[in-house]
Amino acid sequence: MKLLKEAKSLIGVNIRDYGMYIALFVIMLTFSIMTDGLFMSSRNISNLIDATGYIAVLAVGMTLVIVIRHIDLSVGFAAGFMGAIAAILLTQFGMPFYITIPIILVLGMIIGLFNGFLVAHMGIPSFVASLAAMLIFRGALLQVTEKTGTISIKDEHFNAIGNGFIPAIAKVGQLNLLSLIVGALIIVLFIYFEFSKRRNKIKYHFEVISNSMFAIKVLFVSAIIAYITWILAGYNGFSWTVIIVLIVVVIYHFLTTSTVIGRHIYAVGSNPEAANLSGISVKKITYIVFCSMGLLSALSGLLFTARLQSATTTAGTLFELDAIAAAYVGGVSAAGGVGKVTGSIIGAIVMASLSSGMNLLGVGISYQYMIRGGVLAGAVIFDVMTRKQRA
Amino acid sequence: MNPTILEMNNISKEFTGVKALTNVNFKVNKGEIHCLIGENGAGKSTLMKVLSGVYPHGTYSGDIIFDGSVQTFSRISDSVKTGIAIIYQELALFPDLTVYENIFAGNEVKKGALVDWNQTIVRAKEMLNKVKLNVNPEVLIKDLGVGKQQLVEIAKALSKDVKLLILDEPTAALNENDSENLLQLLRELKNQGITSIMISHKLKEVIAIADQVTVLRDGRTICTLDASKNEVSESVIIKNMVGREIDDIYPKRNNKQFGDNVLEIQNWTAFDPKLGREVVKDVNLHVKKGEIVGIAGLMGSGRTELAQSIFGNPKFYKLRGELLLEGAKRTLKNPKDAIKAGIAYVTEDRKGDGLFLIQDIKQNISAANLEMISSKGIINNNEEVKISNEYKGSLNIKAPSVEQLVGNLSGGNQQKVSLGKWLFVNPTLLILDEPTRGIDVGAKFEIYTIMNKLISEGMSIIMISSELSEVLGMSDRVYVMAEGEIKGELHANEADQEKIMKLATQ
Repeated sequence: MKLLKEAKSLIGVNIRDYGMYIALFVIMLTFSIMTDGLFMSSRNISNLIDATGYIAVLAVGMTLVIVIRHIDLSVGFAAGFMGAIAAILLTQFGMPFYITIPIILVLGMIIGLFNGFLVAHMGIPSFVASLAAMLIFRGALLQVTEKTGTISIKDEHFNAIGNGFIPAIAKVGQLNLLSLIVGALIIVLFIYFEFSKRRNKIKYHFEVISNSMFAIKVLFVSAIIAYITWILAGYNGFSWTVIIVLIVVVIYHFLTTSTVIGRHIYAVGSNPEAANLSGISVKKITYIVFCSMGLLSALSGLLFTARLQSATTTAGTLFELDAIAAAYVGGVSAAGGVGKVTGSIIGAIVMASLSSGMNLLGVGISYQYMIRGGVLAGAVIFDVMTRKQRA
Repeated sequence: MNPTILEMNNISKEFTGVKALTNVNFKVNKGEIHCLIGENGAGKSTLMKVLSGVYPHGTYSGDIIFDGSVQTFSRISDSVKTGIAIIYQELALFPDLTVYENIFAGNEVKKGALVDWNQTIVRAKEMLNKVKLNVNPEVLIKDLGVGKQQLVEIAKALSKDVKLLILDEPTAALNENDSENLLQLLRELKNQGITSIMISHKLKEVIAIADQVTVLRDGRTICTLDASKNEVSESVIIKNMVGREIDDIYPKRNNKQFGDNVLEIQNWTAFDPKLGREVVKDVNLHVKKGEIVGIAGLMGSGRTELAQSIFGNPKFYKLRGELLLEGAKRTLKNPKDAIKAGIAYVTEDRKGDGLFLIQDIKQNISAANLEMISSKGIINNNEEVKISNEYKGSLNIKAPSVEQLVGNLSGGNQQKVSLGKWLFVNPTLLILDEPTRGIDVGAKFEIYTIMNKLISEGMSIIMISSELSEVLGMSDRVYVMAEGEIKGELHANEADQEKIMKLATQ
């Protein structure tokens, strides 16, 4: 009884965060029932996650951009352009993938810094600056692919980051052994961090949730990780895309929640004047956030190009809007200063699940757009309502 | 005795678990000026929001009887229609529109379906005459001072045939001159039969103008005092407000001992490229260790500009002159430099550029000195909670926990958070810009006590204030500013209100 009460108050306080997960769960459950379990099949989940990867990394970067009250519309074509450059380096210059990838990532940061320069230094509104950049990259993409058209890539290693899976080593029944080990490792790390966090709080004599509640929470999350691992291990295991996205999320989650830089980003977002008077350089933070956005655009371009095993003339079209939508569904506030990286990832998965589920059900593309639009509006309405309640 | 125009009976209002108002009774007679006072968080603003329909009928319990009939407002426009107008502390004007457009915004003068602009201007002039404001109605609001903007707000209310005018701290942002004009205007409106309710923290004004005073405390009506029966006095009001006696508004400080100069500036001039003129002119001043230096002057006299030009110059003025910290010449390029050099600046506008309202108490307190609680750029979240709890205790910040959002705190508690943030950088010189604006007597006393404690620990303070009694009550030395210049320097024992005002207005 007491436990139930504790759970209730926990959910009440964190309704916006948990709401996301609940929504995702409901969506997945609904599609599973409607498709007789096909939706949750190993193959479909694996495809769904891989197809979300290049939007998910953009959504992570976009979260920070929106948190500091800006927007970056150029990320889609920037990603497409850099994917094309990668293809050219790999095919026409014969560069190995391990040189191409770092070059593209550095190029992404330079592009991001340029956007940051326009916004932070020249004081151009980010909407306009990134709109200009978007047109420029669209032109640049057409320019570099003008002679060749679609550039197909033969480099297997490169293509693996979009299509490949981590090696199995051995099979346990039908399951992929290395993926099982990775899953187990994630669970062990998760449990270790939860315990050390709790131990530290107790050391400071802070209030912590009750032992049984803590056990339930740890078991619940571990079970979910185990379940996802089990599903993926039943097909080809963890893909390189999943591993890359996971690493990006972990780094950015840590960066935003535990570091001085992260705190400064949110301070600038919630009140730039106060941040400036607190000794935080708004300019520097703007540069950093746009630079990170450029880096992630480059990564997104690499993932997408590798997935298609080619660079196309239209690569990156509307990526920016998918990323922005994922961030908003994930609870980022347009007023700035509020939003979590993990939320945006869930937002990206929610949007991808909707597409995937509706595809399986054979829903027409016209209805798919309308439904996804409705979900976006609904998520923001829910956000506004819960915020009002708390104030 | 005049008939009653407004009666609020047994009003109770609850916010998710917190009782903001408990059985409040409030009665206003026709044609009087009724002051509503109480500490921050006592429920004054909530009561006025119930009255004006911000909180619609049904979300509170109790009755509102206005002008002889029971009112059930479900939105603000309902209360406006019955003749209630409310003017908030933060003015609700459109800065980029003209005076006449503002006066009739939402209440346009129409000819058929179109706005009759000529008629609008004619009527705007009438309204401006009524409030004795002599400006061209075609001027933009942003080009007027705060005092004049306030009058435009009142003109706007008058244009709607107002019967009951509610003013929420109308003089908080005004200098003494403008405040006196405003009070005079309220008296004249009273003669024309308009009833006013005024919320104020400035007891002198309340005593000067009120016919009746109702005191709220902790969401309850404590008493209603009648000026005609000589019941209204400062001590009686304060006693009822805080529920205890405060012997002295300004706590005494013993064994004053001043050390060497902590800060000295010489021939200090700041040119504002945006305004195209010098906002600080040839200023010389110094602050000794253990000293509270007051800077008096009217709004716009260059006090805030002076403070900001010292604190790392965030507005990018062009500076001339010398700045010496503890005897050594220094150049502070940005606020970060200034913080590192041991200067802290608590801003005048705590909501605008002081606090992160959507962040919680702990994040605000740590914001200017995250290095202190982090190693290699990684924050120790537990240390942050611990330290914020220490400040919450020592500054007596009233909140359920340090996880509370600062936007949800009352003004006095917000000011304490702001103070906590700057004490956490461990400064040697603390610049306080209007440290007690818009906060109640109890919280003011606490802030003065904290200031004295800091001084006794060896800190130095520059206090900028529009309240002369505060400047006189707290300072060891006073500089008076006007038009960007220091017009005079007075020691505590020779300073008085007349001398300061004379220097400030010369």
